[in-house]
Amino acid sequence: MNSPAELKYSATHEWIREDGDTCLIGITDYAQDQLGSLVFVNLPMEGDELTAGEAFCDVESVKAVSDVIAPVSGTVTEVNEELADAPEKLNEDPYGAWICRVENCSFDHELMDAEAYAAFCEKEHE
Amino acid sequence: MEKKTVLYDSHVKLGAKIVPFAGYLMPVQYTDILEEHMAVRQKAGLFDVSHMGEIMMEGPDAVANLNHLLTNDYTKMNVGRVRYSPMCYENGGVVDDLLVYKMGEEKYLIVVNASNKDKDYAWMKEHVQGDVTLKDISDEVVQIALQGPASDPILEKLTDLEKLPKKYYTFTENNEVGGISCLVSQTGYTGEFGYELYCSAAEGPRLWDMLLEAGKEAGLIPCGLGARDTLRLEAAMPLYGHEMDENITPLETGLDFAVKMNKEDFIGKAAMVEKGTPSITRVGLKVTGRGIVREHMDVLKDGKVIGHTTSGTYLPYLKGAYAMALVEAGSDELGTTVAVSVRGREIPCEITALPFYKREK
Repeated sequence: MNSPAELKYSATHEWIREDGDTCLIGITDYAQDQLGSLVFVNLPMEGDELTAGEAFCDVESVKAVSDVIAPVSGTVTEVNEELADAPEKLNEDPYGAWICRVENCSFDHELMDAEAYAAFCEKEHE
Repeated sequence: MEKKTVLYDSHVKLGAKIVPFAGYLMPVQYTDILEEHMAVRQKAGLFDVSHMGEIMMEGPDAVANLNHLLTNDYTKMNVGRVRYSPMCYENGGVVDDLLVYKMGEEKYLIVVNASNKDKDYAWMKEHVQGDVTLKDISDEVVQIALQGPASDPILEKLTDLEKLPKKYYTFTENNEVGGISCLVSQTGYTGEFGYELYCSAAEGPRLWDMLLEAGKEAGLIPCGLGARDTLRLEAAMPLYGHEMDENITPLETGLDFAVKMNKEDFIGKAAMVEKGTPSITRVGLKVTGRGIVREHMDVLKDGKVIGHTTSGTYLPYLKGAYAMALVEAGSDELGTTVAVSVRGREIPCEITALPFYKREK
């Protein structure tokens, strides 16, 4: 599985990209592979307050619905509306298909770097 | 401890994602449910359905027993035909739904749901009368479903097409498929043209490999239980434990075509007569709002709960979210707008005709 070096990762398989004062959040390659083809995303809304460790969005495959857990706390300033009509982008390009942009991010949850995350997935897969 | 079908090693070799289902370790998908679903609609798919139960009923009183145990009528039936029926409890609730293959005047093969097999066999044993024997042959039989428009060109490479069953719900025995003796029926659980092949357990893995190889060119791929479920839902085929169970009569879930109330007697008839016109009915729902509707969700009309969903997900061929539901009789007019409560959100749906998908013949 691919996990770009410049991102940070949560144990619940979300990624965080620091972009100036804000962060972009998405789901990892490992997550999309485990979930299978996604057919619906229940996106957060602009202004939503995220709390690290709590669900803020859900993604649905044919078989199941899964929560996406906020890896950081903060306020949603922008949502990738494109995903509403094209949830498959999360499968095709997991690190390009960000879900939302968050400001006033506080990193109150432990996150992993790419190397630690790759090892974590390896272990989880066994 | 889950059992494995004789094809388990083949599934693992093909990289299938394996899950426990009905006491077996079964492939839920090989590559992707959407891809497997589309292969069946447009080319062909191969399913291991060996977990299904097979029970032989033989003897001079076989027909009388079928007519007593099952809601459909087996009095007039030719050898080589297949007939669907629910099997009911005294209260009219469903024990299981099954297929009966007439192999001879006194010989019938009964194919039942994997999850219900032991219960079915015990129920039949307890209720048969007269000169008839029952034998559970499930472990001796491998069942493989080849489904999709390319089924004939694929089988043509391995067998004499002339000998295969020509009509839906018929079967022929002793077909040599790649040298393996198979019973082949024109049946399936996908709403698509195709066959189900039965052979001895020992020959199963070789038959599976030969079919996959023969179908390569035509685009045949192995398909798991995930696609089996989306295909049957798209074709609006009811599934035990969803659209029917021990508390729902076949009449309440719209299976009246397989309930012969004019038949002298059968287990469950008295209860169904007493209940009269069903108070609930099975409907199709097309999700018109945003989201996916799944089973066990409340269906609301004008803010009032009128029933619940029994199956539902995103349907890959129709490219939309659909569900089946049991709702109050009389609130089933096509085009009616209802809502389904999905984790606190009300998603608008429209009552739509069943089946959602019907193949062009």
